[in-house]
Amino acid sequence: MATKRDISALKKQKAANTLRRLNELAEQVVAQAEKGQNPTIEIPIRALSNVSWNEKSAIIEMGDRTQSRTLFNVNMAKRFTQTFLVAAACKELLDSGKTTSIRDLYYMTKHTIGKTSENTFDGQEESDPIIEDLEVTINALREELHLFASNRGSMVGEVTFVDAGDTIDARRQGSGGWAVPSIVEDDVIQFVKNDAKFILLVEKDAVWRRLNEDKFWRKHKCILVQSGGQPARGVRRLLRRMVDELKIPLYVLVDNDPWGLYIYSVLKQGSINLAYESVRMAVPTARFLGLSSFDRERYELPDGSTIMLNKKDEDRAKQMMRYPWFADRKWQRELKKMLDSKVKLEIEALSRKGITFISEEYLPRKLAERDWLV
Amino acid sequence: MARDSQMKLPEIAGVPWPQLLPGKRTPAREGALDPGVTKETESPEKMPQTTPRRSKDAASSASRSSRPARGPRKTNGGRARSAIQALPEETELFPEDDLEAAPAEVKAFAPEEDLDDAGGAGPEAPAAAELSGAAQTGDQRSGGNRARRSAEAMAKAQREISVSEFFVKNRHLLGFDSPSRALLTTVKEAVDNALDACEDGGILPTLLVELEETGEERFRVAVQDNGPGILVGQVPKVFGKLLYGSKFHTMKQSRGQQGIGISAAGMYGQLTTGRPVIITSRTKPTYTAHYLEVIINTKKNAPEILKDSEVEWTEPHGTRVEIELKGSYKTGKRSVDEYLEQTALANPHAEIFYYPPKGRKEVVYPRLTEELPPEPTTIKPHPYGVELGILMKMLKETSAKHVRAALVEDFSRVTPKVADEICAVAGVSPRARPNAIANHDAEALFNAIQKVKIRAPSTDCVVPIGEPLIRASLEREIRDASFYSVRTRPPTVYRGNPFQVEVGLAYGGQLTGLIDHGDLSDGAAWVGGVRLNPTKRAEMALTAIPGVTRKKAVELLLKAGVERSAKVGMMKETQLQLIRDALDAEVRSDAQSRPIHLVRLANRVPLQYQQSACAIHKAVSDVNWRRYGVNQPRGGLPQGPMVLLVHIASVWVPFTSESKEALAHYPEIIDEIKKGLMDCARELGNYLSRRQRNRAQSERRSKFDLYCGELVEALHHLTGRKRTELRTVLDSAADNYADTGEET
Repeated sequence: MATKRDISALKKQKAANTLRRLNELAEQVVAQAEKGQNPTIEIPIRALSNVSWNEKSAIIEMGDRTQSRTLFNVNMAKRFTQTFLVAAACKELLDSGKTTSIRDLYYMTKHTIGKTSENTFDGQEESDPIIEDLEVTINALREELHLFASNRGSMVGEVTFVDAGDTIDARRQGSGGWAVPSIVEDDVIQFVKNDAKFILLVEKDAVWRRLNEDKFWRKHKCILVQSGGQPARGVRRLLRRMVDELKIPLYVLVDNDPWGLYIYSVLKQGSINLAYESVRMAVPTARFLGLSSFDRERYELPDGSTIMLNKKDEDRAKQMMRYPWFADRKWQRELKKMLDSKVKLEIEALSRKGITFISEEYLPRKLAERDWLV
Repeated sequence: MARDSQMKLPEIAGVPWPQLLPGKRTPAREGALDPGVTKETESPEKMPQTTPRRSKDAASSASRSSRPARGPRKTNGGRARSAIQALPEETELFPEDDLEAAPAEVKAFAPEEDLDDAGGAGPEAPAAAELSGAAQTGDQRSGGNRARRSAEAMAKAQREISVSEFFVKNRHLLGFDSPSRALLTTVKEAVDNALDACEDGGILPTLLVELEETGEERFRVAVQDNGPGILVGQVPKVFGKLLYGSKFHTMKQSRGQQGIGISAAGMYGQLTTGRPVIITSRTKPTYTAHYLEVIINTKKNAPEILKDSEVEWTEPHGTRVEIELKGSYKTGKRSVDEYLEQTALANPHAEIFYYPPKGRKEVVYPRLTEELPPEPTTIKPHPYGVELGILMKMLKETSAKHVRAALVEDFSRVTPKVADEICAVAGVSPRARPNAIANHDAEALFNAIQKVKIRAPSTDCVVPIGEPLIRASLEREIRDASFYSVRTRPPTVYRGNPFQVEVGLAYGGQLTGLIDHGDLSDGAAWVGGVRLNPTKRAEMALTAIPGVTRKKAVELLLKAGVERSAKVGMMKETQLQLIRDALDAEVRSDAQSRPIHLVRLANRVPLQYQQSACAIHKAVSDVNWRRYGVNQPRGGLPQGPMVLLVHIASVWVPFTSESKEALAHYPEIIDEIKKGLMDCARELGNYLSRRQRNRAQSERRSKFDLYCGELVEALHHLTGRKRTELRTVLDSAADNYADTGEET
């Protein structure tokens, strides 16, 4: 177990590491200017054109293509400057050991330039991508820059850990559970004791409440996490750490529609925009527990519980059939079944069979029958 | 009526011009004063008083640039009396036919519409004359039967068509169709005459133009020059006879092709106000000046002198003409103001003092050169430029004994060999009598001329204004334009007539709409040259500015961020300045989408009417201005803050019609104008693209400066380096990148 001093040292070391990289970036610019060159930074491209599917590690990886951002170019001068405004603000955060939200950072860096009516940033939608640019450029995660997104997701289960110095027993988190913070790096969260045999991620808060109320996690010795839709970075990073450090499998329960499958896909392989984070966030071993398109027949769900696929759903499903990580026959069969049946199914549809059907019949049977996809 | 062909006035409805006697337009202005001409010499007490305005110093030095006195002042005499009283009894102001329509009193001529009725039957004037003739013979029209009339009766009627009636009928051709145009034409005729007189006398012109409002729609025009003066005996001929024979075949570059002369203006004045033309003239410092009042006896088309007296005049020599007429004064396009401005532009050797009416401030156009333009040489007509009628006339009037000699002697560039060739092609004998040919074989000869190759005429007979003077002129008139370009093309020839094209162009700068908002020092709410009414609300007060409608006023206030209902008197100076800025911006953006200002000049005379019918307009529209970075709607004049001057100098300027306001569309002329325009436009295009580049460069640089300031701060925090050090480093690096359009 890490001591408080260890953690504080770790924190300092991490901050120093990030600061060094920020300083290097700035010095590089000064050096270029001193030589009379156009100050230029190389930013890895965050787009579909620069990601690839690594079959061996089963994650989406960012390629090595970069874009140059130069100061003395009328189209880039602003964004170049913005990058360093964000960098300077992050240095301030790191120096003082504070963290802040990306919205806060926007306000920290936003001001009018000189005597003009021009702003350094015209909106948060301008500053957010700059933060991502900086992350990839100096190869530091947002959390390492002391930035966080709003908290989302909650957790209960057979695990004890330390969060910012406070010991948290996840078994005793009441009906709401422990809110997953945005920054869950090892200088913030350290695991203390684990009795769980697996992790179950549920897409929906309502379903998670049902399972928590039924104390599903106690009966089945697991950790129960809800993500409130597409999982935030904090949730993804925490899941990855638990899978790695507690050595337990992750099961995913999402709606039976293309969007549910996409949530699973991002958890498993990473997203295209944040491909650079896949290495630290993706869980290639994540198991797709449900809802499967075959569940309707297998669990004899009533007809009225389905919703028709719309055009958008169909297009999305067809697109996903072309993803290399869904190329496997089982996945193709699953997606084809969804398209053929022309219906989608929400997790709540299980309640048609009884309010505790999910916790007492569906999930235990799924797990017992090992009825999942990877 | 052989001499009729000399006149460029058409016959109207077959009515001959019995009373329009051609005369020499410009009389001799030099020579000894003929004492016999002086009919009447009043004693100094009765004499119209002269009020010398010049200071003693100025008078003694007689410096050219000093302001001339504004003519002798008449304190009593004709001015106080009515026109009728002023006239000798035997003099008829109007012939009897016109009495009803145009009585001696002025009122019948006052409203425009009345002029149409004045002749009796509008366009059927000859018929009306016939009818009156018929009535005199006692024949009556009754039922469907027409009474027969004798040829004698008809002949009598025809003779009675008066000059004044012709004048009323054709005033549109003569430039008197509206009160504002009448005023312009009068000034124009007088000024053109004055300039011609000075140049003929070898004197640098100093002109004085005065407009004085003497009543409602009534003006006194006075034009005074420092020319050689006019002999008293010549005065009546110059000012008292309607219509001169034009200098048709003198083939010399002159202003004289415009309009129909100063006497027509005098006639118009006489018809509309009953006033005589007043002339003051002095030929030498040692002679006394003469003061004459002249009217036209419209029945005889002959001048009559009402008064002739000697007066004291401070001017050593010169002529002053005063005409009182029905007119209206306006500003802007086709105004006297514009005419004088353009005249000054075209005559940089002249100095013009202009006193506008209605208490407006005087305008002075200073002289830009102390050199008179060289006198244009007279050349013989070139065969290619001669029309059949003229050819016939020339053959009739030649002093040569036979056709061959006539061709060689009366035309330029016809050698005996060429003359033989023409005769051979025409099938006439070179030894035939010219008079005989004129009647029978003239057409054959005319056709032959077109087939025979004849050398182009010499072109040294046209006198351009010249590039340096056009530029100086433009720079004076259009101050602070940001770009000027001028081009004088080499002289060339159309249909045997030498001509030369000049183009001047001024672009941008003040033309883009810097407005003189007014005297901002007096504390009043000056905007757009108007003192806003302090008791009014802003949106109403602004409508006092010309061209600002209520809607525009609201727009301007919105742009300025000033409450539309704010009371002008309660406004702060900063708010007024915001409104001025908004107006400036408005005018500036407007300038880009407004047609350019085109100044057309023919032999140094401004053409103000019929712009779109003119070859110059056609040439300007034909040039692809967009290629040079200037807006241009399809097939139209280019748009933007530009003044374009086009001058054509020629021994014979081809006008489209009698009103002489538009150049005929000869391809040679249009081509030549286009070449001149393109020369200037190319320079403008270079200037504009250079300016565009500079603007882009400075925009880049200021953008870099802006962001470098921010970057310095960020880098200072990140690296701990000094701000000044970082600023220096970035600034010097920026120098390498601000000037180029390319980045690496």
